[in-house]
Amino acid sequence: MDQTVENKKVEFSEGAMAEIRRYISHYPEGRQKSAILPILHIAQAEFGGWVSPEVMDKVAEILDIQPIEVYEVATFYTMFNLKPVGKHVLEVCRTGPCMLRGSDQLIEHLENRLGCKVGETSADGNFTLKTVECLASCGTGPMLQVREKFYENLDAASANQMLEDLKASTVRKPWEENY
Amino acid sequence: MGRKLLTEHINVEGIQTFDVYRKHGGYASVEKALKTMTPEEVVEEVKASGLRGRGGAGFPTGMKWSFLAKPEGKPRYLVCNADESEPGTFKDRYLMEKLPHLLIEGMITSSFALGARTSYIYIRGELLYVLRILEKAIAEAYANGFLGENILGSGYSLDLHVHPGGGAYICGEETALLESLEGKRGNPRNKPPFPAVWGLYGCPTVVNNVESIATVPWIVTNGAAEYAKIGVGRSTGTKLISAGGNINKPGVYEIELGVPVEEFIYSDEYCGGIWKGRDMKAVIAGGSSVPILPKELILKTAAGEDRLMTYESLSDGGFATGTMLGSGGFFVMDDQTCIVRHTWTLARFYHHESCGQCSPCREGTGWMEKVLHRIEYGHGQMHDIDLLVSVAKQIEGNTICPLGDAAAWPVAAAIRHFRDEFEWHVKHPERATAPGAVYNKADSVLA
Repeated sequence: MDQTVENKKVEFSEGAMAEIRRYISHYPEGRQKSAILPILHIAQAEFGGWVSPEVMDKVAEILDIQPIEVYEVATFYTMFNLKPVGKHVLEVCRTGPCMLRGSDQLIEHLENRLGCKVGETSADGNFTLKTVECLASCGTGPMLQVREKFYENLDAASANQMLEDLKASTVRKPWEENY
Repeated sequence: MGRKLLTEHINVEGIQTFDVYRKHGGYASVEKALKTMTPEEVVEEVKASGLRGRGGAGFPTGMKWSFLAKPEGKPRYLVCNADESEPGTFKDRYLMEKLPHLLIEGMITSSFALGARTSYIYIRGELLYVLRILEKAIAEAYANGFLGENILGSGYSLDLHVHPGGGAYICGEETALLESLEGKRGNPRNKPPFPAVWGLYGCPTVVNNVESIATVPWIVTNGAAEYAKIGVGRSTGTKLISAGGNINKPGVYEIELGVPVEEFIYSDEYCGGIWKGRDMKAVIAGGSSVPILPKELILKTAAGEDRLMTYESLSDGGFATGTMLGSGGFFVMDDQTCIVRHTWTLARFYHHESCGQCSPCREGTGWMEKVLHRIEYGHGQMHDIDLLVSVAKQIEGNTICPLGDAAAWPVAAAIRHFRDEFEWHVKHPERATAPGAVYNKADSVLA
């Protein structure tokens, strides 16, 4: 639960703040609320893959709006994790077109491999397994998303390789060098 | 080989960069429009082309543009709907990823036609990597004088921004998209007023799909008459089709409207036939919302005519025996596909994506998912099948936005055309739930 502690002293890094200011500048004077979704994406990348109430409060403060306005948005859109997650979140598409190409089998394979069920985090803390609905990748299913990257045309062997690669990888933020 | 208007250069090395794109004729429509045409002339050109909205509804784009209100002292906005989320559809993602400058060119020319000084591309949040491709291309367009103040010395200025969503299918509905762009939950607005009068920040706004906007440069550069020569009847031009499911060659294909469905599925130029040497059971031709059709009805109309890839031919026979071109999300099911399970995944999708604003949709989508789940998992009763039909009917037409209809149609159509498969699940739960078990016609004789 280190992440919760970390989130208490919510301060965005300079790189993240520069991104936030850039997005706010895209909207007319007085319409800064429009930047909520871009900022929540930045916040999720900045604070370990999820957004805590403290982070949402900080977003409200930056945008000069009421915290409830951020809460209601963060809870409506499904991309924002509202609880701590593993180092990598695997979001497996399981809607009709992916099902036709084997998403049921992929999910079963990942559950066995990770030793956890959909919605849970593996014991080593590396992976949270989630299912999602259509990711506009129907021609390359079965597939899954990890942060901004799509892993497509997966079978057991390529899924295993992906897990190994991810385990060994360093998570970088979009505004950092070498992203 | 059909003509490729949008994707002709898509595989050219480096086409994602401004220089290479420009070398292949890119941004010609901006030069032509800004230097030699009035905004009204651009609108007329798009109107005359017969281009119909490529997001799914098929409403004439030029007509939509001509409805835009122009009150004094209020800005006007163009918003590109890049929230591509309709299951089976992945053409806009492909286009933006491979040809970012084509969309940007379309945005500039279209914004000029509409008199917009700030425009937005609303892209679904899952495609942040595409957002970065677009932002890079936009920066190049600014650096080369195609965006910003006084573009090409014409006196016309435009700012263009990309805005990410947060994971909500409903934001593909244009008024929900505008709410979302304003930083709110994606709850669709009541219409009227339409966005053309009251859109983004209460200002007149046009919302167009990625593919529609990406078609504008070709029309403006080459002329509406040239464009309208392609296609059949009121289905003019080309269309990007996202081909998926159990075929040999999934991918995005730009087709001239009018290609026979049979050719599209079986020819090597397109889908390349059914995978694993199997037979075809069914097709969903225009994204998950449109009615599923069995093999016989997707290849031929009820009257026995060849079905063509056009708005009119695919909808021939209404919902009784036809379907829709929709977004062009074309996915094929082989004879080993369980229609009940597939329909359940779609019902689950719509339940998951219902915004919760209207009770028929909020409650009805949950009911449909639950009842389909119990049929699929061997706990269904015969009357559950009619219950599904009844729930679908009670959602349809009773909601603020079309998500309700979109949720109701796939379930109603699956039962209309594959009722025996649902009955088989109810009658033989032990066989229906066996691993890998799939209904085949012979069982209905035994039943």
